[in-house]
Amino acid sequence: MEKPLTQNIKSDGSYCTLDEYRRNGGYEAARKAVLEMEPQQITQTVKDANLLGRGGAGFNTGMKWSFVDISDPNVQRYVIANGDEMEPGTFKDRMLLEGDPHQLIEGMIIAAKALQATKGYIFVRWAYKKAHRVIQQALDEAYQAGMLGNNIFGSNFSFELHLHTSVGRYICGEETALINSLEGKRANPRAKPPFPQISGLFGKPTIVNNVETYCNIPHIIKHGPVWYKSLSRSSEGGTKLYGVSGRVKNPGLWELPLGVTIRELLFDYAGGMQDGYKFRGLLPGGASTDFLVEEHLDTPMDFASVAKAGSRLGTGTMIVMDDQTCPVAFVHNLIRFFANESCGWCTPCREGLPWVEKVLEKIERGEGTEKDIDILRFHTKYLGPGNTFCALAPGAMEPLQSALKYFIDDFYRHIHEKKCPWKHE
Amino acid sequence: MLTEHEIKEIEKEIALYPVKSAACIEALKIVQQHRGWVPDEQIKDIAELLDMSYEEVDGVATFYNMIFRKPVGRNVIYVCNSVTCYMMGYESIYQTLSKKLGIKWGETTPDGRFTLLPNPCLGDCDHAPAMMVNHDHYNRLTPEKLDEILEKYK
Repeated sequence: MEKPLTQNIKSDGSYCTLDEYRRNGGYEAARKAVLEMEPQQITQTVKDANLLGRGGAGFNTGMKWSFVDISDPNVQRYVIANGDEMEPGTFKDRMLLEGDPHQLIEGMIIAAKALQATKGYIFVRWAYKKAHRVIQQALDEAYQAGMLGNNIFGSNFSFELHLHTSVGRYICGEETALINSLEGKRANPRAKPPFPQISGLFGKPTIVNNVETYCNIPHIIKHGPVWYKSLSRSSEGGTKLYGVSGRVKNPGLWELPLGVTIRELLFDYAGGMQDGYKFRGLLPGGASTDFLVEEHLDTPMDFASVAKAGSRLGTGTMIVMDDQTCPVAFVHNLIRFFANESCGWCTPCREGLPWVEKVLEKIERGEGTEKDIDILRFHTKYLGPGNTFCALAPGAMEPLQSALKYFIDDFYRHIHEKKCPWKHE
Repeated sequence: MLTEHEIKEIEKEIALYPVKSAACIEALKIVQQHRGWVPDEQIKDIAELLDMSYEEVDGVATFYNMIFRKPVGRNVIYVCNSVTCYMMGYESIYQTLSKKLGIKWGETTPDGRFTLLPNPCLGDCDHAPAMMVNHDHYNRLTPEKLDEILEKYK
């Protein structure tokens, strides 16, 4: 099985240095893109590979790039890597940032050439301190070797790339909020349109892609779209970093063909449930995805199949809920997170999420009423898509609405027994 | 007043951006690095240096949870309280820390040694429960492991 994204990740925790990266064929794709390829040709290749955005939205990356007008050489354009990995349950970009920084830099150089962008930023969340050190060292190595800076690879193309380390807040992962944060502002999302491809960082055309997305680019350029698509078991190209956390025997992170089934991940890779724990459900791609349950275990983990099952692939890192965890407390924990992380900009999210949080807390405490279920259901519509400024609140409603579907009996047990059945005191 | 050293560092950041105010977050980070937190007076100084209003700078400072607007201890403990760590038992980690240190969320020990904060997902979900002390990650925590970790921070 080919594992292009993680082939250079070492088990001792040290990062793949420039010399090692080059020995393994690194920067050949960037050299080819910068010296031999036309920008449109790069974008078309990425589009043909059907690389879907790995941050969770799953939009065709080449298509996203094609919206940038590259005709005027005097316009400043930017490429940004979104390394603000803060989705609860998600720990995939961390491995790429800490283990193989040059793969990310190379992907961004190729994107910069395709988009005729001469400046870029790698935005990394504050908690990933090791990644900060590793990325900075790798940037220094790349500058010294002439892969960043003026006239890279001896061409007439120049590309400057900087590291930005954040100061917290989940909302920075929303691409327009990230842009505001890079501009030194509060990370409130912006109205779309205009999309960042038209007006992004400092009002200039900007592409924001997830770290894992960029890491795919060198391999697509080097081996072509046909090879890239052959890595996958679905029509969506490539491999994917999949993670499993919770009460499983072997929680972890694996690079696998896109489209492995949930069952394979859960049992073949994560080893199944720990002894004494039973499976109840899972969030397939982070905190803001709908629950899937037993009947969905044979769903392939690709964007289209997970959507068909009623959830989202999201970040591809699943959170498994066991039978000794209270579903109400589980969802309460998620909603508390989203309520804390609401940027406060739009009213439904700012006011609605704390309300939902209080209602869940009340039910968990054993003081809920049947009317509270109606209030929760009402919010899943009112905070749903189209009613808020960005996707934070609709994302928060996904685990809630599906918990109300699959675990409604557990909610009612709290109400009727006037206590949490999981608390033995 | 900002020190000369702080001003120099902030000016280096200003040079990287097309507008001065873009260096706001970096300026706050620089002040916090030197002082441990960001006092009102330095909000005013940063505002002057970046041609911003006090309110604009404070609006940015209070938005981000890693900018401290009141003093914190010499060491800050960040306990992950997100969902995987919840299932894997972060509450017993918090209870043990709280008892050992005699403080609750958001508080600082009277000797100024530790501040205890909850934090969203630290990206250690496959080794939960997890926490950070200053810049260091700790995972697969059990209440028994905490003494040895705390010992490292004076």
